Amino acid sequence: MSAAASATIGFDDVPVLASRFRLQWEPAQQAHVLLYPEGMVKLSNSAAEIVKRIDGAAPIGAIVADLESAFPGADLRSDVMEFLEIARERGWIGIETR
Amino acid sequence: MESKPGNPLWLLAELTYRCPLHCVFCSNPIDYVRHHSELSTDAWIKVLREARELGAVQLGFSGGEPLVRDDLEILVREAHQLGYYINLITSGVGLNEDRIAALRAAGLDHIQLSFQDSTRELNDFLSHTRTFELKQRIASLIKRQGYPIVLNVVLHRYNLDHIEEILEMALRLEVDYLELANTQYYGWAYLNRDQLLPAPEQLVRAEKATNRFRERVAGKIKVYFVVSDYHEKRPKPCMNGWGSVFLTITADGRALPCHQAGMLPGLSFPNVEQSSLRTIWYESEAFNAFRGLDWMKEPCRSCPERFNDFGGCRCQAYLLTGDASNTDPVCEFSPHRNSVQTAIDGIGQNAKSGSQLYFRDDRNSRRLSSR
Repeated sequence: MSAAASATIGFDDVPVLASRFRLQWEPAQQAHVLLYPEGMVKLSNSAAEIVKRIDGAAPIGAIVADLESAFPGADLRSDVMEFLEIARERGWIGIETR
Repeated sequence: MESKPGNPLWLLAELTYRCPLHCVFCSNPIDYVRHHSELSTDAWIKVLREARELGAVQLGFSGGEPLVRDDLEILVREAHQLGYYINLITSGVGLNEDRIAALRAAGLDHIQLSFQDSTRELNDFLSHTRTFELKQRIASLIKRQGYPIVLNVVLHRYNLDHIEEILEMALRLEVDYLELANTQYYGWAYLNRDQLLPAPEQLVRAEKATNRFRERVAGKIKVYFVVSDYHEKRPKPCMNGWGSVFLTITADGRALPCHQAGMLPGLSFPNVEQSSLRTIWYESEAFNAFRGLDWMKEPCRSCPERFNDFGGCRCQAYLLTGDASNTDPVCEFSPHRNSVQTAIDGIGQNAKSGSQLYFRDDRNSRRLSSR
């Protein structure tokens, strides 16, 4: 993690899934879950759509654009930013500053 | 039952009760020698498949020491193909560079390594082995294979005052997660309770030191501090409720709602060699015994907290009150709270009076289970 935990996230920054975290579709829960050492979070559909696009290369701006083209008509910027803040706070992702 | 129970999410596979360590706080059953027969590789694979089908996704391989099973790599490979997130809960004894690499290639996701103390003397005394240096070496091997180090240290009267050194050790070993788990008094830990139970001041001091450390290493090490429930006022939401999300399979194939439940009298726990996990989870009497809220007595029955703590722990209720359907006596509203208070009030005296410390080994297990 190269950015300080308190820094604001920008559109050029790249979110990276934390080491040993895995996103997976669980038929029994009818949901995507994030798996990590001895733990699991069940993601909402919208959260899962964001996490699916975190590949360690795509900057946030590109993730937002991709989501907006997949779900036209919605302004998703603030939703994505809000989720990424929470995800970083909980240690699910790191943010690489560009 | 008011509604169909949910599906299991966590599977704990206690592969074996064999263990090179002899820890005084071991959570294994005291009569583990009676359960020495072990499921075959094929039987474990059947368990993995059936539990996965039911929805289990977090998997713990534990024991005893799971590394003594030489089919561990086979089981990890199978579990990985099934889509489990696989945790290995180990003392580290039996790990070497080749084995870690093999487990990694098989798809192991994570290794939790236990330490007994920051000093060789106490580590080796509490585990009754010479394993302190070995564990340090193993920690660095784990790191070199690209795994985060998850260090687990069980806390009690003897090591709580070493908390600063334990924290420094974690820093030195470059661990990623540190779990400081106060002893829960079941199994061997219950047997040794009067020796292990810490003074309340020890806990307060340790928690403060841990919080200072947490601030210092923020972003570097994630620190968990599991409180000692005897010293709390409210019970833990044990297993998130009986038969709710946890499923334990013992070395000899018994299915339990938690790894302690085998000691509860009057319940017959089904064996995976006789029934399917689906039948066991949804239909067996044992898994339905304390499911939901209908089994509760007062004060739980009308308590608003029942939705949060599910009445606490059935095993603790049985151990301390003789009846598993009582409120967990840790709760301040329990009419049996005095059973916990007496233990706490006796701290120091009991330990000083030189009551025996039982190491977890086959001889003690045989002797104590024939009583």
